[in-house]
Amino acid sequence: MNPAENNSVCSTKIDASCRVPLLVLFNGAGLWLILGLVFSLIASLTFHKPELFAHCPCLTYGHAIAIANDLLVYGFAIPAALGVMLWIFARLSQAELALPIVPVAAAHLWHLGVLVGVGGILSGNSTGYTWLEFPRASAMLLGVSFVLVAVSAIATFAQRKECELYPSHWFLLAALLWFPWIYSTANLFLGSTHPVRGVAQPIINWWFANNLIFVWLALVGLGVAFYFLPKISNRPLNSRFYALFAFWTLILFGTWLGIPAGAPVPAWLPTISAFASLLLIVPILAVAVLLKNILCGANVKCFGGNFCYLRFGSVMFLVSAVMLAAIGCPKYSRVLEFTWVGQAQIQLQILGFAMMILLGAIYEILPRIMGTELPFKKLVPVQFFCSLFGTVLFVIPLAIAGAKQGHAGFDPAAAKFWLMISTSGLLLLLLGSFALLLNSLAMTLKWKVGLIKKVIAAVTAPLPDTEVKS
Amino acid sequence: MKNGFGVFFAVVVALGLSWAGFVVAPAVQLGTAKRTTVLGTGDNWPLQRTGAATLGAQIYRANGCVACHTMQIRQDGVACEVTLAKAGKNPMAVSNLLATLKLSGLTKEEADAAVEKISTAGGKAETHVIPVGADITRGWGVRKSVAADYLYDAPVQLGTLRVGPDLANLGGRMADANWQMIHLYAPGVVKNSAMPSYKFLFEVRKVGSTPSSDALNLPKEFAPADGYEVVPKPEAKQLVAYLLSLHADVPLYEAPFTPAATKP
Repeated sequence: MNPAENNSVCSTKIDASCRVPLLVLFNGAGLWLILGLVFSLIASLTFHKPELFAHCPCLTYGHAIAIANDLLVYGFAIPAALGVMLWIFARLSQAELALPIVPVAAAHLWHLGVLVGVGGILSGNSTGYTWLEFPRASAMLLGVSFVLVAVSAIATFAQRKECELYPSHWFLLAALLWFPWIYSTANLFLGSTHPVRGVAQPIINWWFANNLIFVWLALVGLGVAFYFLPKISNRPLNSRFYALFAFWTLILFGTWLGIPAGAPVPAWLPTISAFASLLLIVPILAVAVLLKNILCGANVKCFGGNFCYLRFGSVMFLVSAVMLAAIGCPKYSRVLEFTWVGQAQIQLQILGFAMMILLGAIYEILPRIMGTELPFKKLVPVQFFCSLFGTVLFVIPLAIAGAKQGHAGFDPAAAKFWLMISTSGLLLLLLGSFALLLNSLAMTLKWKVGLIKKVIAAVTAPLPDTEVKS
Repeated sequence: MKNGFGVFFAVVVALGLSWAGFVVAPAVQLGTAKRTTVLGTGDNWPLQRTGAATLGAQIYRANGCVACHTMQIRQDGVACEVTLAKAGKNPMAVSNLLATLKLSGLTKEEADAAVEKISTAGGKAETHVIPVGADITRGWGVRKSVAADYLYDAPVQLGTLRVGPDLANLGGRMADANWQMIHLYAPGVVKNSAMPSYKFLFEVRKVGSTPSSDALNLPKEFAPADGYEVVPKPEAKQLVAYLLSLHADVPLYEAPFTPAATKP
C-alpha cells in the first residue's frame, strides 16, 4: 500500500501552493536549529570550565540549557514538523493547500513567539517548569499560531478526494489535535496567575513533558517516516493492521509515562508510569515489525541522502523508546533516576529521531516546492554524517556519564570526563546544522530575486502594438 | 479507521484518559491539600517562608538552578531499633532478656513486640524509627520528601537531574549563611565542583573608610585584590535566605522518624 497519489501535472501545482508557508517555517526552523545547538554547546562548555560564562548572568548553565532545549523543540522541531505536515496533507489529499495565507501569518507569529520566549528566559522570566520555560506572552503566541496552522492543515485534509485514510494521516492528524490539548492544559494549570497547588504542578509538568517529547515527537516522526519511507523505497507499508495497532498502543500506553519513581507524589502515580513503561514494549515491537518490513531489502542507493536520514531516524526511535522503557523499570530507575541517562534519552529522541526524520523530509520537499534542485546539494550528505556521528558522540557519552554518576552516588567528578567528550558530538551536530539554513535561505533568495526580475521585466517591457496604436 | 472522526475518537479516548488520570485526578486529590502537623510537637507544617526567602525562590527560578539540583529525597523504607530507657527494678532479668533479643534493623511490629517483652520484664524501652535509603546515607536528608513539603511553593522546583547535590534539606544540613555566600561567589571552595560562579550576585568594590560588615571572608585564592571587598547584592542575600529556608527535617504522619534531638 503506497500513499495514494498519481504523479500528474497537478502535483506541481500542489507543491507550488505550499511554497510560501513552508519557506517561512523552514527558514525559521533552520535558524533556530543552529542557535539551539549553539546554546547547547555553551551549556556543555560549562563542564570544561565552570567559570567560562560566569561573568555573564544570561549565559549561566541554567539559562543556556533551557534555551537550547526549547529552541530545539519549539524553534526547530515543531515548525519543521508543521511544514512537513502541511505538505503531506496537501499531497495525500491531491489538493492545493487550503487557506494558504493563514499558515504564512501563523509561521511568522510562531517564530516571533519563540523569539519572545528566548528573550524571556535570558531576562530571567523563565517560568521554571521543564519544557514550558517560555513566559506567558510567548506561550500565547505559540498556542494561537499552532491552532492557525492546524486549521489550514485540517481544511486541506477535508478536501481529499479519496476518503480512506493513509496511516500517516492517523499519526499526523493526532499530532495536530494533541499539541493544542496538552499545551493549553499545561499553560492553564501552571502558567496562569493561580497555578495548581503543591506537587500537582510537577505532576502536570511531567505529564506535559512526556506527551510533548515522547508522544508528540513520536506521532510526527513516525507519521512522516511512514509516508516517505514507502514512497522513496517504492515498497508498501506492510501492513496497515500493524500500523493501526502501533498507533493505538502508542497513544494508549505512551501517554501514561513520565512520573519518576521516587517522586514525592501519591504512590499510585509513579506505579502507573512504571507499568506503562512495561507496556510500551508493545508499540515498540509493532513499529519494529513495520520498519523491518520496509527497510530490510529496500534497494535504495543513498550515500547520506534523504533516505539515510529517514532510515537512521526511524531506527533511533526504537532505541530511544527502548531506553525510555528501561529507565521506567524500577530495577534500573533506582540507580539511573536523576542521572544523565534521562537527558541522553531526551536528546536522542529530539536529535537522533525527530531531527533526522524532519531533515530528511525537508530535503525531500524543498526541491519539489521550489521546482529546482537544492543549491548546496553536497551539504546534505555532509550534514547527515555530521549529525549521525554527532548524535552518537553526544548521546552515548551522556548515557555513560549517567551510569557512572548513578554508581558513584552522584559524585560530580565521576561524570565529568564523559560530559567533556559529549561536547565533541555537539560540535559535529552544530557543524552539520548550517546546511539546512544555507539551502533554504539560498532557495528563498533565488526565488525572490526571480520574482523581482519578473516584475521589473513586466514593468519595463515595451507596450504591445495593440495598445500603442490605440 | 476510515475517516477523520476515527482519529479524533482515538485521540479523545487515549489522551482524555491520561488527562483525567494525570491532570484532573492529581489536581483534585492534591488541590485541596491543607497544611499538616508535625508528629510529636503538633506544630504546623509547612512553614511560610520569610519575605526575603520568597524573593530568593524567584531568583532560584530565574537562574534555572533547577537544571542541576533536585529537591526531593528518596527513601527505601524504615528500620526500627529498640533502646532501653530504664532498666527498672529487676536489671538482671532485663539485661538477660536484652541479650536474647534482636534490637536493630527491625520492622515496626517486631520493635513493638520487643518493647512489650522488655516492659513485662520490668524495664522501659523505646522504639526509634530510622529512615533508610541511599539519599539519606549520603546525608542529603533525614527522611523522604513528601507532597506536604511543597504546599506553598510556586513554582515547585523538584528537578530531574542531579549535577549537584539535592537541596531538599539544605537549610537543615548546611545552615551557615556565610559559607553559602562564599560558595555562591566561589564554588571552587568545594573540590571538583561543576558549579559556575554566581559572581553577578555580588559587588566587588573598594573598601571604604570602614569595611562592610557584609563583606565575604573569602579563602586566599578566591579573594579580590588588596583594598577591595566582595559584598553580596540584595539578590544574593535573598537567594541564601531561600536556600536556608529549605528544610525537610520534621517527622510527619506520612514520613515518620524519631528526630535525633529526642534520642537519649
